[in-house]
Amino acid sequence: MDVYLPIANLSVDGLFIVALGALTGILSGLFGVGGGFLTTPLLIFYGVPPTVAAASASTQVTGASVSGVFAHTRRNGVDYKMGGVTVAGGVLGTGVGALLFRFFESVGQIDVVINILYVVMLGAIGSLMMREAITSLWPASGGTVRKAMKRRHHPLVTALPLRWRFYRSGLYISPLAPFLLGVVVGALTMLMGVGGGFILVPAMLYILGMSANVVVGTSLFQILFVTMATTMMHALTTQAVDIVLAALLLLGSVSGAQIGSQIAQKAKPELLRLILAAIVLVIALRMLYGLGVQPDEIYTVVPL
Amino acid sequence: MKRALFLLACLFALTAQSDPILVPDVSQDEVQVRQGFTGTELLLFGAILDPSGSRAAANYDIIVVLKGPAQPIRVREKEQIGGIWMNAESSDFRSAPSYFAVASSSPINEIVDDRTAAIYELGTRFIQLSPSGTIDPEEQARFTAGFVDLRERQSLYKEQIGGVSISEDVLYQARLSLPSNVTTGTYTAETFAVSNGRVIASEVAKVEVRKVGFERFVELFSQQQSFLYGLLAVALSIFMGWLAGRLFALI
Repeated sequence: MDVYLPIANLSVDGLFIVALGALTGILSGLFGVGGGFLTTPLLIFYGVPPTVAAASASTQVTGASVSGVFAHTRRNGVDYKMGGVTVAGGVLGTGVGALLFRFFESVGQIDVVINILYVVMLGAIGSLMMREAITSLWPASGGTVRKAMKRRHHPLVTALPLRWRFYRSGLYISPLAPFLLGVVVGALTMLMGVGGGFILVPAMLYILGMSANVVVGTSLFQILFVTMATTMMHALTTQAVDIVLAALLLLGSVSGAQIGSQIAQKAKPELLRLILAAIVLVIALRMLYGLGVQPDEIYTVVPL
Repeated sequence: MKRALFLLACLFALTAQSDPILVPDVSQDEVQVRQGFTGTELLLFGAILDPSGSRAAANYDIIVVLKGPAQPIRVREKEQIGGIWMNAESSDFRSAPSYFAVASSSPINEIVDDRTAAIYELGTRFIQLSPSGTIDPEEQARFTAGFVDLRERQSLYKEQIGGVSISEDVLYQARLSLPSNVTTGTYTAETFAVSNGRVIASEVAKVEVRKVGFERFVELFSQQQSFLYGLLAVALSIFMGWLAGRLFALI
């Protein structure tokens, strides 16, 4: 089924795009990540111009997170207070990210910056999650089977002034910690063209120490608003949001997200984290390989 | 007087003989880009007439060149720096055609020399990209070659040797395909008649490639009402997400 994309200026196979949306939607419902880290590179690989891919992917992530947020709301899986703080940080972060993006683009190094960010972020997070998931799935074989340690937040978080109670997350910490986390994730969202869930989820778990049952819902809540801000920013500045492309992606991803969140309720959370860790590590390794190996295209063209 | 008239007649006759008339046409003077557009094929055809009526001098070769609207571009070159492949040097070109196809009835290097080919841009090697800035010619050639190679693999630049067929020494035709990712704008189709290594006649026709209907509406909407367009995109995504949530809640 050929569909012509009016902003991307090319015709694509509509069914392929819907399937791509469904794949990322399932990931989104399953792990609470937006799936942008898969959509954007795959769209670019398919021939969609990078800016259009990033802009339209952020629109798609909005849709996937809406259905995810709804699904998690039904089981009280969203901490709105925590979400609100991270959203405030996130919107500020998108502005910072947009400035950084423009700077790196003007010096022609945006691709390398994005790739290095991917390798560093995904590599660090992936190995952290992998280690944690393995120790919780197969406790240390030292003979003494220890009870899994109760997760606490990072010592730096306690050093911050001002403390709020976040009941659903089971935390009494400074709002500055989630706010700063929001800023960082927002900036990365704009820079990397991703929802930021794959950074947010582990950060909420291991840095803030939020209780696991609200992490996915709250991170989706933050992603929802930050990607809305990103879509608007793209629509106003780059004018690269392709609504036809976004609609096709949405069609797949909103259904995928529902399926994903159904599976998530039945599966073991440790196993889910192990799988997510594996996916994240594979992508990081692929990107690392891509940095060191001569690329297929030595020359790239940008309009002036 | 009689002699002068005779000379004049000879002049007319001679010029008439060395100046064949080229009557080119394109199968369509407008390409509409709309939903389901997967590229199209343009048929460039026409007749070459010798005013004297004889086909004695009919050993012409025909070259057609189809060019898309030119854009200023920057070409970046990746290099391995500290183990990482990253953009290093770059070169700017003021007018790179977004599409360039040339078809000829015989191999171009057999019918014209490089100088003539360069003058009329007969071949992807001879596209005039108007490089700007001060770069040494060797480096410029490297960038140009890299750029042309990239566009050739995107099937936006191409050379079709033998792509022009001539029948009865009078009619010629060439088919050139436009991929779906072509840039919209005014395309020029130039036809050259070549004889003995010289271009002896040329004609230009224009083809308009433009978006129509819904595609044009979306493009204009995104450019002229970008705030509303962004809101619409956000609203669409929220609505579809919400709808899916409701539908699946029923199951």
